[in-house]
Amino acid sequence: MTTRERQRLEAAPQDRDRLTRDLLRPVLHTSPRIYLTMMALGAFVLAGLVAFVYQAYWGMGVSGLNRPVFWGFYITNFVFWIGISHAGTLISAILRLANARWRRPVTRCAEAITVFALVIGASFPIIHLGRPWLFFWLIPYPSERGIWPNFRSPLLWDFCAITTYLTGSLAFLLLPIIPDWATLRDRAIGWRKKLYRVLALGWRGTPREWHRLEMAMRIMAVVIIPVAVSVHTIVSWDFAMVPVPMWHSTVFGPYFVAGAIFSGIAALIIAMALLRKILHLEEYLKPIHFDHLGKLLLVMSLLWVYFIVAERLTVWYGNATPEVAVLLATQRGKFLPLFWTMVCCNFLIPFPILAIKRLRTITGTVIASSTIVVGMWLERFLIVVPSLEFKYLPFSWGNYRPSWVEITITLATFAAMPLLYLLFVKFVPIISMWELKGGEHPEPAAAAELAPGHEASDPWEGTLPSAGS
Amino acid sequence: MNAIYGLFPDTDSARRAVKALGEVSRRLRFQPRQIVVVSQEPLDDREMGLPRQHTWMPWIAACGGIVGGTAGYALAAFTQRTYPLPTGGMPVVALWPASVVTYEFTMLGAILTTIVAFLATARLPRYGQRVYDAAVSDGMILVGVADSDVNAWRDLEETLYEQGAERVRQFSTA
Repeated sequence: MTTRERQRLEAAPQDRDRLTRDLLRPVLHTSPRIYLTMMALGAFVLAGLVAFVYQAYWGMGVSGLNRPVFWGFYITNFVFWIGISHAGTLISAILRLANARWRRPVTRCAEAITVFALVIGASFPIIHLGRPWLFFWLIPYPSERGIWPNFRSPLLWDFCAITTYLTGSLAFLLLPIIPDWATLRDRAIGWRKKLYRVLALGWRGTPREWHRLEMAMRIMAVVIIPVAVSVHTIVSWDFAMVPVPMWHSTVFGPYFVAGAIFSGIAALIIAMALLRKILHLEEYLKPIHFDHLGKLLLVMSLLWVYFIVAERLTVWYGNATPEVAVLLATQRGKFLPLFWTMVCCNFLIPFPILAIKRLRTITGTVIASSTIVVGMWLERFLIVVPSLEFKYLPFSWGNYRPSWVEITITLATFAAMPLLYLLFVKFVPIISMWELKGGEHPEPAAAAELAPGHEASDPWEGTLPSAGS
Repeated sequence: MNAIYGLFPDTDSARRAVKALGEVSRRLRFQPRQIVVVSQEPLDDREMGLPRQHTWMPWIAACGGIVGGTAGYALAAFTQRTYPLPTGGMPVVALWPASVVTYEFTMLGAILTTIVAFLATARLPRYGQRVYDAAVSDGMILVGVADSDVNAWRDLEETLYEQGAERVRQFSTA
C-alpha cells in the first residue's frame, strides 16, 4: 500500500473517529514481523501439503494407521478442530442473545475462529479418505453408480451437520462485516476500493438496512445455537453409535459438546491475547474481557471434570471386561502419562488460576487456556486410540504409532489456523466497528438502568476505550 | 433522483433535524417518508422519530426451515427407497436416522432463507448511485430529503443548518 493510500484511509476527523482509525490500523499497516510470521507459518502449511500429496501418491500405508487402529491422528484432529470451532459462533450467539454488552469487541475474533477451525477440521475426513479425490462420494445425493449415501450412517450426518454449521457460521461472520466493508470502501483507493465496493454490496446504513441486519443476526443467533450443539453431538455419535468399549456411551453427546465449548473458549482467549499484543488493541480487548471469559472457562473446566468422572466411574463400576481393559490402559497402562497430563492440563493447572481472582489476569487466563488446548487435544486422542488398540479380544489388540506424515500434517494445521487468521485480519477489522460504536449509545431501556439511583452495575464497563484516553 | 442533505456530527442534532423536517414537510410539499437518514451505526427508530421498521423475516426463516426439513426428509427417503440396502426386515426408511438429516436440513433451510430474506428486504446488493456521502464513514449522520421540489431546497438548507448541520450538500443523479 502506498503512503498516499494510507493517508487517505486514515483521513478521519481526529476526535470523532479515533475508534475507526484504531481498528482500521491493523488492516492498513503490515509490519515486517507480520510478513515473517506469515512466511514461517506458510512454510509449515507447505510441509503439510507435501506430506498430504506424498500420502495421496503412496497410499495410506505411509501413515501409522493399521489394523486394528484405523482412526488415529487424523480423526483426533478432526474432533479437536470441530471442537475449537465452538469457540466462536456458539459463544457469540449466546452472548448476543443474552445481550451481554462486553461481547462487542470479542464476537468477530470468535466467529473467525469458528470458520477457520471448521474448514481445517472438515478437511481431516478428506485427508483420511485414502482416495481424497473421491471425496464427493460423501455428499448425499442419489447416484447412478451403484453407490448410495447411507443416511443411517453418522458419517453422513456429520457431512450434513458440518455443512449446515459452516454455512451458518460464514453468514454469522460475514453479515455484520458488510457495514465495516462499507467504511473501508469509503476510505480506500485503488484496487482496495474496488474490492471493498463489491464486498460492501452497496451498503449505506439506512434505518431499513440496519433493522434488517440486526433482525438477520437475531434469527441467525437463535438458529445457530442448536446447530452448534447438534454438530458436536453428531461428531460424538461417530463413536457412540458403534459397540466399541468406552465409545458406546449415552453421555458422549453432552460430554463432547461441553469439551468443545471448553476448548473453544480456551482458543478464543489465546487468539484475543495474541491479537491484543500484535495489533496493539489494548484499549479494546481489556482485562475485563479476559476475566469474563476466564470465569466461563472455569465453569467449563468443572463441567469437564464432572463428565470425566461420570463416564469413568460408571465404566469402572459396571466392570465389563472389555471396557475395564480400555479404562485401565488409559489410567494405569501405556497411556498413563498422556491421561494424567490431560488431567493436569484440563483441571489441576487451570482450576486454581481461574478460580483465584488475583490470578485471573490476561497472563493467567492465557496460561490456563494454553494448557487446556493441549489437554483437550490429548483428551480427543485418548478417546479415539485406546478403544481401538484394546478392542475386545486380546489377540486382536494392536499398537498405534503416528508416522511423520501424520505428525507433519497435524503441525501444518496448527500453523494454518494463525496463518488464516492473519490473512483475515489484513482484510477485515477484527473488532466490529459498528457494534462497538453502537455500545457508545445505550438503548433507552439500558439508559434507564444507568440512571442515578439505579443499582445495576455498569454493563459497558471495560468495553470501550475510556474518554480522553 | 435528487436530494438535499445535511451532515450532522451527533445523534441529538440529527434527531432534531428529522423532527424539523417532519414539521416543515407539509409547507415544503414533501412526504415524511422522503426523509433520508444514513448513519454508520444503528440508530433507535423511536428515538430518532422515524417510522418503526417492520419485517416478516422471522416468519420467512421459519417457512424456509419447514421447506428445508421437508426437502431433507424427501432426499433421505427417496434415496433409500431408490437404492434400498438389505435391512433384514427393518424399515428401509428409518425414522431416527432420517430425523437427524431432517433436522440439519431444517436448520440449513432457515439459515439460507434468512440470508436471502436479509438481502432482499434490505435491497442489497445495489451498486447504483443513491443518496450517500462518504463522510458517513467518518461518523457523520446524513439527514436529508430525497426527490423534493428543487424550489424548496433553499428553505430545506436553512432548516438543516438551523438544526446543527456541519455541511449541507445537494445530490443529483442527472
